[in-house]
Amino acid sequence: MSTSTATVPAPVPVCPPEPESPSTGYSDWPQASVAREILPAPDRYRNALGKYKVDRSASCASCGRCTEACRYGVHSRPAGYAFVLRPADHLCIGPACAETAESCVSLCPQKALTVRPNPSAECMGDPRWSRDLILATWHAAATGRPAPPHLESRTGHSGGGFDSLRFKFEVPGFEPPPRVPPGTEIDTGLDLNHRGDGRPQIHIDLPVYGGGMSFGSVSIHTILGKARAAVAWNTLTCTGEGGYHDRLKPYDDHVITQVATGLFGVREDTIQRVRIVEFKYAQGAKPGLGGHLLGDKNTPAVARMREAVAGNALFSPFPFHSVYSVEDHKKHLDWIKEVNPRCLVSVKVSTPTDVDMVAVGSYFAGAHIIHLDGSYGGTGAAPDIAKKNIAMPIEYAVPKVHKFLAAEGIRDKVTLIASGGIRTAYDVLKTIALGADGVVVGTSEMVALGCVRCACCESGRGCPRGIASTDPELMMQMTLEWATQRLINLNFAWREEMVDALSRLGMASIRELRGRTDVLCYLSDDAVSATEVSS
Amino acid sequence: MPDRYHIHTAAMPGWFRRIGKFANVDWREDCSRCSNCVKLRCLYDVYRHESAFNRDPLAPGATLDECKACLSCVQGCTKGLLDVSINPEFLDMGDEYWTPAIILTTWNQADTGRIPVSGAGYRGRFHGPGFDSIWTDMSEIVRPTRDGIHGREYISTSVDIGPKPLRLEFTPDGRMLTPPLRLLEIQLPIILDMPAWREQGARLAAARIAAAKELKTLAVVRAGEAVQALPKQLPFLAPVVAEADIDNCEDILEGARMAQLLDGPDVAALAGRVRAINEQLTIAVRLPLSPAAADRILELNRAGLRVFQLCADQHGRERLGHGKRGRHIKDALREVHGRLVKKGLRDEITLIVSGGIALAEHMAKAIICGADLVAVDTALLVALGCRVCRDAHPRDAEGQAMCGSGELCPAETDSVDRAYAAQRMVNLMGAWHSQLIEVLGAMGIREVRRLRGEVGRAIFMEDIEKEAFGDICRVPRSQVSA
Repeated sequence: MSTSTATVPAPVPVCPPEPESPSTGYSDWPQASVAREILPAPDRYRNALGKYKVDRSASCASCGRCTEACRYGVHSRPAGYAFVLRPADHLCIGPACAETAESCVSLCPQKALTVRPNPSAECMGDPRWSRDLILATWHAAATGRPAPPHLESRTGHSGGGFDSLRFKFEVPGFEPPPRVPPGTEIDTGLDLNHRGDGRPQIHIDLPVYGGGMSFGSVSIHTILGKARAAVAWNTLTCTGEGGYHDRLKPYDDHVITQVATGLFGVREDTIQRVRIVEFKYAQGAKPGLGGHLLGDKNTPAVARMREAVAGNALFSPFPFHSVYSVEDHKKHLDWIKEVNPRCLVSVKVSTPTDVDMVAVGSYFAGAHIIHLDGSYGGTGAAPDIAKKNIAMPIEYAVPKVHKFLAAEGIRDKVTLIASGGIRTAYDVLKTIALGADGVVVGTSEMVALGCVRCACCESGRGCPRGIASTDPELMMQMTLEWATQRLINLNFAWREEMVDALSRLGMASIRELRGRTDVLCYLSDDAVSATEVSS
Repeated sequence: MPDRYHIHTAAMPGWFRRIGKFANVDWREDCSRCSNCVKLRCLYDVYRHESAFNRDPLAPGATLDECKACLSCVQGCTKGLLDVSINPEFLDMGDEYWTPAIILTTWNQADTGRIPVSGAGYRGRFHGPGFDSIWTDMSEIVRPTRDGIHGREYISTSVDIGPKPLRLEFTPDGRMLTPPLRLLEIQLPIILDMPAWREQGARLAAARIAAAKELKTLAVVRAGEAVQALPKQLPFLAPVVAEADIDNCEDILEGARMAQLLDGPDVAALAGRVRAINEQLTIAVRLPLSPAAADRILELNRAGLRVFQLCADQHGRERLGHGKRGRHIKDALREVHGRLVKKGLRDEITLIVSGGIALAEHMAKAIICGADLVAVDTALLVALGCRVCRDAHPRDAEGQAMCGSGELCPAETDSVDRAYAAQRMVNLMGAWHSQLIEVLGAMGIREVRRLRGEVGRAIFMEDIEKEAFGDICRVPRSQVSA
């Protein structure tokens, strides 16, 4: 294979040389290490976007009272400046402050300041990923801390699933369990091999790892940013079905090679150099349909990695042409295990009505990890009808599978990973409480990198914000360092929220939370009324 | 083997003024004319198109409202002056069922005939009333259909209208007693129905007939509108015939394959008169979807009628009258279907369901709930630019809403060009057909006939909520209202 490094423009600026980490013996490549530390990674656009807009009218006399009044850093006048700078209104917390007597609006002698909801922010998001969730994720990615209270950072407005589930400690009327004693170390780590089959154990420090996104559907900076953040947090990321990019090799120990129905770029080497191989049967957003990469996004570099013809739309077949039965499925897993005798095998399936049977079948076929991808998950391109209507959301599938595996007596021998619409740290916790061991996230990482969910990833030059695009001009809107740091920060914020929640639940480890539906409650809807529509 | 069924879609941009979701780009004072927003930031050339339109009124207005709200210009503006906002005109379209998003996607599908494909995951509410509380199944590993819609195997969408007896009956001397089968096969589980409210002009009916011929399905038209049909179009007509019309439309009834009768006390006698004109004719009775529908169907079945169109209201609910809220098609139809199955009559009766079929998924889900096929009405008007404003129309002297007329109606159904309207209807049905195949392919079902009543291959919200969350303590939402 030609080295694809030559075909993909090098990132600007070039990464500084990284210290190497000790070899695990899988990869033939020196493995990089990335520091796990919070560094500020502010919005990469000139004008950061906030929930509120602060207007300063022409009557401002630059007296500077606002810079003294604001505790959030909205107003500033650097030393030597005659004028107050344009308000950094993404930091403004809105009416909660503006309506008090100490606010900039009240204290301005010229009455030159006003605060209003930002109309552009209203254009972002949707019931599942609300404006607040996007802004909260941006805040977390920029600062490494959970979002301030003026942003709803736990749930969206979809009216069901995670958005209708709450922990009892969030709801008035329930007695909180005794908290974990202060100073206790709370463990958010997870072991992935429970089969006891002599294959190595893999431990990850967070119950979260990155979902498969192929080169082609997203840019190389997005892929490498995910991989580097996974190294920093000792967790994992996945190649997706677009092949194994040469630039991923320094991160081999934290990469999952995906073997999908299209088999794009799958070769012995890419299976042997990683610790986990994932079989993708289906994707939640388009169950039963196979991957889509529309022709516009199949650029020469992408086509070379996939060994396909540039410009042609690439539709992966569905399902595997070599799998007609669970026996065939076992044959597939055996094949992978034979090629890489030390790897763990993950099986990614979507959520049909018989998902519980599929999970049990996969376990008996030899899977270490069963990865359920619910129907509201992300995608680079999928028919709208499939995203909404085919297969069940993950919130339903996890308890179904968890209970069935428990009834079969094999729950503790397999790792159950869930994905598909897991947006926040609280979604992660709820998924685990419903019965999963851990989760895979995708869209929240994209949002951390600046996605506004405009849903234009699929065609033309791809993502206008340069995340899900291999267009050489668009992808340069984002540097690799920035992308890495945003994702590292997001994990810091999520871990902080998880640790806080676990301490409130009186649990010292995330593993205690699995299947504890007794700590959850479900918000039931009030009756909706409607009348007959005249014709 | 006959040719594979194929719908000939062709790009046909709408002639009406489109309404985009994000339209209002708010320029404020102080712009430094750096043009970054225009030249650098906007990937979709929205600014360029808008300025072309401002300079030249003949430039196509359809390019307006193209903004996707990627916010690149807003965040990249040198002086932070730009704002994008949601177009209030967009939010004004339709109602809580015929949402602006449904109207927009219907326009897009009628433009091109293609399946709507987009990036990012599902964006809507978790579940909702009616069809939004059903998910269709998929088949993970073992499935008869290979490769979904891109495969070699043909997924059939044809359905039969008419009774299919479970067994043949013979006299002792071997003569067949069962009357010969008269199945009317159409290639799409959709017939094109009349608009649910009064429309101006017969051109719409003409367009519907032309589209039905192209789609090899049926167009339901009023008897008065049927007279304009050409002889070769007659097999694709389903005139709605009343007692008074029979003498005037003998020619039409002789050429047509289906006639529809409105339910009434004398409908069986009327059916007899119609059948006397054309013995081969399939006769369908239109009756309102209501709690009494199953009983009425059984009664009419005893009188020899076999095909029924159950008409729900425009939100897919039972018509109870007096503005009362009925059950949704999903529940009402499952009851009718279940009753017929229990009586052993299901295959003798064909159920067509209409009203509230707004998206391709509604068609698939109505079939899962027990319909053999659906009739589509309002969606065809939306394809022509209708915004389902309905009651907002001014009234004429007789108090009738002036729907469809001239300047008042963006769809202009009174003067619409027939070929244009027909092509847009064909495009919409083409897109629906492809989406139906996506759903069938994912389920591993090779023909739509097998989808009927397949509730085991669907996930119903009420059941799965109980299964998944039944053991979780419930709290009224109002207790935690944020």
